[in-house]
Amino acid sequence: MSFYRGMICENLTITGDKGTPITAYVAKPSGPGPFPGVVLIHHVPGWSEYYIETARRFAHAGYIAICANLYEREGGSDANPDDVAAKVRGLGGIADSQMVGDTAGAVAWVRAQPEHNGKVGLIGSCSGGRHTFIYACQRQDVDAAVELWGGRVVMDKEALNAKTPVAPIDMTKDLSCPLLGLFGNDDRAPSPEQVNQHEAELKNHNKTYEFHRYDGAGHGFFYWNRPMYRIEQCMDGWSKIHAFFGKYLAK
Amino acid sequence: MCTSIIETARAEGMAKRGDAWFPLSQVVVAYDHARHAPLGDVITLDFLNTDLDPGARAGVELTLETAKELRAALDRAIIAAEFEEAEVRGKGVVVRLARTG
Repeated sequence: MSFYRGMICENLTITGDKGTPITAYVAKPSGPGPFPGVVLIHHVPGWSEYYIETARRFAHAGYIAICANLYEREGGSDANPDDVAAKVRGLGGIADSQMVGDTAGAVAWVRAQPEHNGKVGLIGSCSGGRHTFIYACQRQDVDAAVELWGGRVVMDKEALNAKTPVAPIDMTKDLSCPLLGLFGNDDRAPSPEQVNQHEAELKNHNKTYEFHRYDGAGHGFFYWNRPMYRIEQCMDGWSKIHAFFGKYLAK
Repeated sequence: MCTSIIETARAEGMAKRGDAWFPLSQVVVAYDHARHAPLGDVITLDFLNTDLDPGARAGVELTLETAKELRAALDRAIIAAEFEEAEVRGKGVVVRLARTG
């Protein structure tokens, strides 16, 4: 893997769902490229520092990275992401369709960059993992997707509502790119049983996927500032991500 | 854990942020992984006013055991308050918090 020590990072305004301007953090490696792109979909705790750091991590490894603020409408980009996330939780989250529209704006931004190599990967954890899977099923403009412990991919009918009208697992037949899934066996949402259901559906539809399940890890085992962090599983997970994106995003 | 365990209630009252108090419109109760406390899954309480800026929020993250003790303490205080209102002051009890979702 090549390393790019220099990078350019900034907040930009991109065009989100229904033409709404939203803020996105971008990190570009220094140099002329060509570079593959990675679109990060943030988790329920919001457009958080973890995601901003992770965008830089991808730029460091040679990817044009972008993370759109999916909660922009509920507090702008200057408010504390944690407070905005609390507000969004009280509002019942964001609509899956709005997330798809906003993420499409981020993908379009990557594809418009002169240094881009034409390939785009998608990655998200927790609700962002769920959103990553939904996006990869509903759109055909990404080349690889990484779902990190996506919760509520499997949903009971009673849990469906106007914002989440279709269980992601029921979209599996439309998955448009290879999928990498990383999960902790001690997680309860998604539980190992739900991960098995998720995988069975991917098999049913002959999709290209890799699932890796880690013992000794639960939810969010990449979050280095949380008690759920598991160094060994996290490092192995990152090696899987780099190998997966390296395979599918090279040109 | 990435749960959808979320309960909301309309709220009347005020909460403090920094040196200032703000009026409340809503309380959100959730059970999910902690975002600040060095704990796993926690009960979170967010006292909010969604009509104000997102910083109009007083939040806590509690262990499940602490939340149960808080519930018991609230129950004891509410029972005593209702007794006070009904028997001592002779007024009807007005429930100020109602579950809305």
